[in-house]
Amino acid sequence: MPTNGTHAVMTFNPTPRQLSVIKVLIFLLALIPFVRLAYGAFTDGLGANPLEFITWNTGEWTLYFLTMTLAVTPLRRLTKWNWLVRLRRMLGLFAFFYVLLHFTAFFWFDHFFDVQEMLKDVAKRPFILVGFTAFVLLIPLAVTSTNGMVKRLGAKRWQWLHRLIYLIVPLGLLHFWWMRAGKHNFTEPLIFLVIVGVLLLVRAVWAMQKRAKEARQVRSPA
Amino acid sequence: QKLTAKANSSYVVLDKQTPYQDATTYNNFYEFGTDKSSPARNAGAMKTRPWTVSIEGEVKKPMTLDIDALLKLAPLEERIYRLRCVEGWSMVIPWIGYSLSELIKKVEPTSNAKYVQFVTVEDKQTMNGLRYPVLDWPYTEGLRIDEANHPLTLLTLGMYGEVLPNQNGAPVRIIVPWKYGFKSAKSIVKIRFVKEQPATAWNLAAPKEYGFYSNVNPQVDHPRWSQASERRIGEDGFFTKKRPTLMFNGYSQVASLYSGMDLRKYF
Repeated sequence: MPTNGTHAVMTFNPTPRQLSVIKVLIFLLALIPFVRLAYGAFTDGLGANPLEFITWNTGEWTLYFLTMTLAVTPLRRLTKWNWLVRLRRMLGLFAFFYVLLHFTAFFWFDHFFDVQEMLKDVAKRPFILVGFTAFVLLIPLAVTSTNGMVKRLGAKRWQWLHRLIYLIVPLGLLHFWWMRAGKHNFTEPLIFLVIVGVLLLVRAVWAMQKRAKEARQVRSPA
Repeated sequence: QKLTAKANSSYVVLDKQTPYQDATTYNNFYEFGTDKSSPARNAGAMKTRPWTVSIEGEVKKPMTLDIDALLKLAPLEERIYRLRCVEGWSMVIPWIGYSLSELIKKVEPTSNAKYVQFVTVEDKQTMNGLRYPVLDWPYTEGLRIDEANHPLTLLTLGMYGEVLPNQNGAPVRIIVPWKYGFKSAKSIVKIRFVKEQPATAWNLAAPKEYGFYSNVNPQVDHPRWSQASERRIGEDGFFTKKRPTLMFNGYSQVASLYSGMDLRKYF
C-alpha cells in the first residue's frame, strides 16, 4: 500500500540497516525470558517448585508471542508501517521456541521422557489434549516459515496453511483458561481473551468491509 | 517466636524434612493472593493476637477460647507429617499441636454432632484476595465427626519449633494428613458441630473436582491431572522422576473410617 504525503508525519520507514538493528534488538529481547529461566535453574532462583515455574512460564511466553504475532497485521494497517510484517516471522518462531520448551518441560518433568505415559496423559485429559493439538499444529507453520518454503508452496497455499494460526491461538487460550478454571482464577485468561478477541474481530470487520466494497464495484461497473 | 513441644515418636516419617524456606514461601492461601509466593509476601499484615476461636453448635459446652487458652489446653507435641497437595506436590513438615479430639472432649458434642465445620478468618483490611470472587469467602472446611476425632487430626499451633508463620495459617489451623492439603483449613476462628454435612469452600467452587472427603488416593484422578504420583518440594528435581503417591498419603490406619464406602463416588 503506497503512502501518500498526508501521512508523512506517521510514516517511519527504516533503512535496511535500521531494520537489521531493530531485528537484532527484538531477537535479544525475546531471549530474555529464556535466559532468566536458565540462570534461575542453575542458581536455585525459581522458587520452591522450579519445575512448575518453568512449565508455567514457558507456556505464558508462548501466549505472549502468539498474541504479538497476531497483532502485526492490525498494527501495520493502523500505522501504515508496512515494514512491521518483516518482524512477524521472528515473533512466530519465538512462539514456537517457547512452546517447544513448554512441551519439553511437560514431557520431561511430568513424564520423565516416557512417550507412552505422556501420550496416555494427553489422550485422557481434554485440557492437555487442547494444548497438545495447538502445539502440533504450530509445527508445520514453523517448518514452512522460510522464504524457500513460501516459494515451494506458492504464496496462496502458504497463506492458507498459515491461517491455521486462527485455530492455534484460540486452542492455546482454551488450554490456559481450562488450567485456571479449577481455581476460578480468570484474570489473566480474560485479559488474553479480550486482546486476542479484538485482534481477530478487526480482521473480521476488515474482511466484511472488503467484501462490501467489492460487491459495490460489481453493481456499478465503471 | 519459639514454641517448645515434645516430639511424639509415634508420628514420625523417614522422609527428609522439607526446608523451612520452601515450606514458608510456597503456599496456597488465596486470601492473600493466588500465586504461591503471594502469601509469604502479603500475610505479614494479618494480626494474630488477640485471636479467639468460638466453638459452637451441637455441643453441651460451647466456648470461646483465646490463643493462650488453646496453647494450654493439652500438652503440645511435635509430629512430622507428610503433606500432599491436590495439585500434585508434597512436603514433609514438623507440626506442633495436639489431637483435635482433646478439644472435642472438652466441649462435649451432643449425639446430633455428625460433622465438624471449620470457619476461617475473613479480614478485608489485610486480605487483598478477598476482593476477588475466587471462592465463596470465608473459606470453610469440614470433617465427619469420626475423622475429626481420629488421633491423627492435629489442632496445629506451630511448625519447625516456632509458632505458625502467618502464611502457614497462624495462629491456629487444622492438619489432616491423609487428605489433600486444602482440607486442612488455616487461621480458624470458628469450629461448629453440625448435624448435616457442611458446605466446604472448594467443593462449592468446583464440585466435580473437589469432593467433601478428598482423601489422598492415587487411584482417583483429578479431572485435569493424575494423582498417581507427586513431586516432593525441595527434593524431586530435574533428574528424578515423580514419586508414587501413597493411599491415604501413607496413613493406612485411617482406612477403617471408610470401610464399605466407594471412594470413587465419595472422592
